[in-house]
Amino acid sequence: MEILIPILTLGLLGLLFGMGLALASKKFAVKTDPRLDKIVGLLPGSNCGACGGAGCFGFAEAVLSGKMKIDKCRVSSDVAKEEIATILGRKLEKDLKKIAVLHCYGGIRVKDRFLYQGLKDCVAANLVLGGQKECVWGCLGFGDCERVCPFDAIKMSGEGLPIVDANKCKACNKCVLLCPKKLFTLVPITHPVYVACSSHDLGKDTIAVCPVGCIACYKCEKICPVDAIHVIDNLAVIDYNKCTSCGKCVEACPTKTIRRRE
Amino acid sequence: MSIAQFLTIFISAVFIYNVILSRFLGLCSFVAISRETKPAMAMSLAVMFVTTMSSIITWFIYRFLLVPFGLTYLRTISFILVIATFVQLVEMVIRKTSPALYRFFGIYLPLITVNCAVLGVAVLNSDMFFINGKAVPGSFYYSAFQGVCVGLGYALAMLLMSGIRERLDFCDVPKTVKDFPLAFIIASIMSLSFLGFNGFRF
Repeated sequence: MEILIPILTLGLLGLLFGMGLALASKKFAVKTDPRLDKIVGLLPGSNCGACGGAGCFGFAEAVLSGKMKIDKCRVSSDVAKEEIATILGRKLEKDLKKIAVLHCYGGIRVKDRFLYQGLKDCVAANLVLGGQKECVWGCLGFGDCERVCPFDAIKMSGEGLPIVDANKCKACNKCVLLCPKKLFTLVPITHPVYVACSSHDLGKDTIAVCPVGCIACYKCEKICPVDAIHVIDNLAVIDYNKCTSCGKCVEACPTKTIRRRE
Repeated sequence: MSIAQFLTIFISAVFIYNVILSRFLGLCSFVAISRETKPAMAMSLAVMFVTTMSSIITWFIYRFLLVPFGLTYLRTISFILVIATFVQLVEMVIRKTSPALYRFFGIYLPLITVNCAVLGVAVLNSDMFFINGKAVPGSFYYSAFQGVCVGLGYALAMLLMSGIRERLDFCDVPKTVKDFPLAFIIASIMSLSFLGFNGFRF
């Protein structure tokens, strides 16, 4: 008899609370959109945060409320995106696919100013007088970008320059942020013409250290039929909103600084 | 029941026996959420609310259920039951009635469900304000007030900790002790300094 009292008390207490909670969960049920679960199911679920949302669930909520485009998720496949679009009854608005482009073609063509014996790391080398290269604007060639790329899209070439694999690059921006010389930008994949130099030095100073640097000769600016390229602060800059990729500047450039991506 | 009693409870709960720095209860949330002041204060508010409410509810359970049936040895499990149910209920109600507040508290409410500080204050109340299984006069008010004060003590520790950690973000700290190791070191130094309050006697 004595053992029954505690058992009954606790059991009843538990039963009471359990039923209370069950009732409360019915009464205070919050209706969630059934589409939300479906969208979450279609997303990769790795919560990488590349979309700018707080994980995949946050992204799904933002997509559902129309705050974000479906295409913001760089990781999920096109099929999954199409399915999400059909769930929402929306058309898939595709963002232009971009890839990372290196604005330097110096590499081994540029000599070293001094013997750098520190860590084989661009960020570290950049701390020493802005790196060992004669050109303080250009690529240091230690391959930080190759190491940071999560998609294995960047490989260092024999010329001491990183080469971006357009098929593998997902425009995740990691190399853009890491490069101490800020040599990478994300360029629409539809525009193959780019300026392979970042030097803002005067033309004669540039050509003294690098045979392929921009010497600010204004030939590209003059020949461009759509007014898409301008020399700003001793460096040619392409406006990709206007560029038609006609390639006239590529032919006109005397130092072959303006290049066409293969 | 007198003002002096309440003052004693206040000072001992906030300073002398600070729930985190002297009693070492609720340390997980103390270390995890004290990185920035704003979420730390949100968590403190939530804790204060829950400690107060659970003090009140557990007092009723203890006074009218456990004591009369002679089941005081069951207080741990029954308090846990009550607190967990209560927090769940509060979460549901908040979620339904105020989505803004729900988003504000976010993960903190479920975290409190199993926070030992909340159980600690309930057990403490039943220890301090019940003598030989009989409630001392005014024990209900004392219990509720102690609930508030323990929450205040928690908030004080969180405020101090988050303030220190926010400033430390700007310091050049060796990589080996960055973040959590440093937080533990700071917590121990703070705990030592709170030991100084132990000299107070009433």
